[in-house]
Amino acid sequence: MLNRKAAPEITDAVKFQLSLPPCQKISLRNGVEVYLVDMGTVDTLMMNIVFYAGNCFETENGVAAATNFMLKSGTRSKTAYEINDFFEYYGAYLNRQSGHETAELTLHCMKKNFAELLPVVSELIVDSIFPEEELGIYKKNMQQRLQVNLRKNDFIAGRLIDSYLFGAAHPYGKFHSMEDYAALNVQEIKDFYNRYYLGGRCIIFIAGPLPSGIRDLAEKNFGNLPLHGPGKPDLATAAILPAKEKKYRVSNDPDSVQGAIRIARNFPNRHHPDFQKMQVLNNIFGGFFGSRLMTNIREDKGYTYGIHSYLANLIQESTLMISTEAGKDVSESTISEVYLEMKRLCEEPVTDEELKTSKNFMIGTLLGDLDGPFQVAGRWKSLVLNGLTEAYFYSGIETIKNIQPAALQELANKYLNAPDFYELVVF
Amino acid sequence: MQIDYKKFTLSNGLRFIVHEDHSTPMAVLNVLYDVGARDEDPGKTGFAHLFEHLMFGGSVNIKDFESPLLMAGGENNAFTTNDLTNYYIQLPAENIETACWLDSDRMLSLAFSEKSLDVQRKVVCEEFKEHYINRPYGDVAFKLRELAYKKHPYRWMTIGQELSHIENAKLADVKAFFSKHYCPANAILVMAGNIRTDKALALAEKWFGHIPAGKKYIRQLPVEPEQDAARVLEVKADVPLDALYKAFHVGSRTDKSYYAMDLIGELLGGGGSSRLFQTLVKEKKLFSNIECYHFGSSDPGLLLIEGKLIKGTPMLTADQAIREELDKLSSATISEKELMKVKNKTESAILFEDMSLMNRASNLAMYELMGDVAFMNTELDKYMNVTTGEIRDLSASIFDEKNSSSLFYYSNN
Repeated sequence: MLNRKAAPEITDAVKFQLSLPPCQKISLRNGVEVYLVDMGTVDTLMMNIVFYAGNCFETENGVAAATNFMLKSGTRSKTAYEINDFFEYYGAYLNRQSGHETAELTLHCMKKNFAELLPVVSELIVDSIFPEEELGIYKKNMQQRLQVNLRKNDFIAGRLIDSYLFGAAHPYGKFHSMEDYAALNVQEIKDFYNRYYLGGRCIIFIAGPLPSGIRDLAEKNFGNLPLHGPGKPDLATAAILPAKEKKYRVSNDPDSVQGAIRIARNFPNRHHPDFQKMQVLNNIFGGFFGSRLMTNIREDKGYTYGIHSYLANLIQESTLMISTEAGKDVSESTISEVYLEMKRLCEEPVTDEELKTSKNFMIGTLLGDLDGPFQVAGRWKSLVLNGLTEAYFYSGIETIKNIQPAALQELANKYLNAPDFYELVVF
Repeated sequence: MQIDYKKFTLSNGLRFIVHEDHSTPMAVLNVLYDVGARDEDPGKTGFAHLFEHLMFGGSVNIKDFESPLLMAGGENNAFTTNDLTNYYIQLPAENIETACWLDSDRMLSLAFSEKSLDVQRKVVCEEFKEHYINRPYGDVAFKLRELAYKKHPYRWMTIGQELSHIENAKLADVKAFFSKHYCPANAILVMAGNIRTDKALALAEKWFGHIPAGKKYIRQLPVEPEQDAARVLEVKADVPLDALYKAFHVGSRTDKSYYAMDLIGELLGGGGSSRLFQTLVKEKKLFSNIECYHFGSSDPGLLLIEGKLIKGTPMLTADQAIREELDKLSSATISEKELMKVKNKTESAILFEDMSLMNRASNLAMYELMGDVAFMNTELDKYMNVTTGEIRDLSASIFDEKNSSSLFYYSNN
């Protein structure tokens, strides 16, 4: 007779030997570095071109994002429509993404079309013309989108908390206004493009079951461009000026039924020895479905559909952020419970059982996260952009496997003190 | 790409599919139950989804679902649609038996705890507020469904028609729902990943094969009568921009017209070179964004178009401009090249979707629910066989004005 009360035997995930699949680095003749992750069983490829062209390089708000967006808005020989039609004809997706340090072009395509697509990707990088009419459409549409977003408490909360943590002038803390969009003009976009794309620094990542001539393809399409290898990009090191006041209650919508809550503090970047340890503590605190915050505030009290804490993916300096939307009448109770959970982690060591569960979960999901070429390329990209090596990946695994309750408690006492946190409810 | 699988029927009749993939260290257990929001009582909507939450509140022999799974290095989630409810666990393949143990016990019976019901009622109410109340245009999908459907239960949302239906859910309802829908006769089990078929079958028999089969639920839903006149609903709300929504009745997921319908959606609203985007956003500058989509629902569904108007555009001008684009598809034959574009996009989308083990596992279950898991491997051919003539003729029948429901959503500021 089957005993359904007893759990089947398991292999502890911490016993698995995890390895980061290799990445081959080549340099093109113009010095551009290309990272190749050659793996995968499905005939799809991803190419990620990362430019040092994020908002920390702009002098006027919104120029970096607009330039990045408009890379698909026309070249000397192709209209925006022709560019879109070209990529879509091959079932390919060419996405743009603009961040603080970097701005990216990402191509996802079927392997069989890769070689045909590259010349046009290259053309966008060196031959974009930024038509006035396209900018007009962009400005108008972005303003309309912003108008809708400004009605969402959660959107407002996300902007405000970053401005408290970094200061409203810092690249991590500033945000776009209607006026910023109105002020955009073609000339400053062209200037930004000339400096940070055409003559800029970039790094390329290509992943999937790579075609045999991949090196030649990369050389042919990108090796002759006026781009540079990464060298030492002079990343802006703008002063971080956190707000003095820590507690905020902002009324945005009198009819709203939920408050958007953020509780956050500044936190060192990945180079700090506490960063990887904090990832383990954060996992227990609010990092996943079985975390303390989720168990208490959702699964016991039903105050929210979801509550999460995380270390932000930022290069210069990170943040520890707790984020949720909770019923208007329980927003303040939710905040009290978050502090209570911090206090518990400071006062009581986590049990061996809870820590073991958390370790197994982290390693098990990491194993799943490494399952696929694009995910592996993403790991490498994070290492490269943060100035880290493979050793960081392995030290992270060792940290998960070996950290003890006492060390976590010490960490909690160092970083989970209520007075250090900014607190915001937008309702 | 062909997906290899083996299909079995366990001793209690439970349908079981295995998909081996030895390139991954992971395994997935996917359990699909043939029940969705369309199977709900009109006075108790939102129940299938609320019930999905309760499936994590402990089962008859296992008090805590989550912890043993985490200990085994696993993660899991679930989703409910108007048609079905799907649960999945991904974990290191060595520990697949833990997933079998957990999911078979909740198929056997739940713990039915008052506390869990009480908490999940609140959680789902917060989910309702977060997604549909505390958000501009949050009520659109509710209004559009009610406008387009008069009889069929697709007239309500998966989350439920109103908060009170969820607030009033009773434990007796939970038990009745479980015994009616959650049994091997109404489920499809898939095991995928780094596991051998013989071992997978043995595990499935061991943990699931002896659960009482239960009674096959025979669905008898009201049929939506054919729409015979255009419908228009005007709404004024506290939103920043006017918005326009249109819904057209289309065939079901298993209808032979599905593939052409899906391609029509792509032609109109898929990406920067699609017809609606290029003409109405870029050339005429009437909309700041416009999309076209459908849900691929099991019963006859809807093809939807939605867009936000550029400030100053009259609603009727915007509506007329959409109408002109739809008429073009209905009256003139598109080029072979444009058809090839949307076929290529479909081929690519299928390939990218198949990269994920979790997607492959849930898709195998869904194709089996559609009638036969083998459909998964013939899908692309069916798209490739669509002709420009079919696109034109199907467009003419879908975009008949009599078949349309329009929601004019006005900003009152």
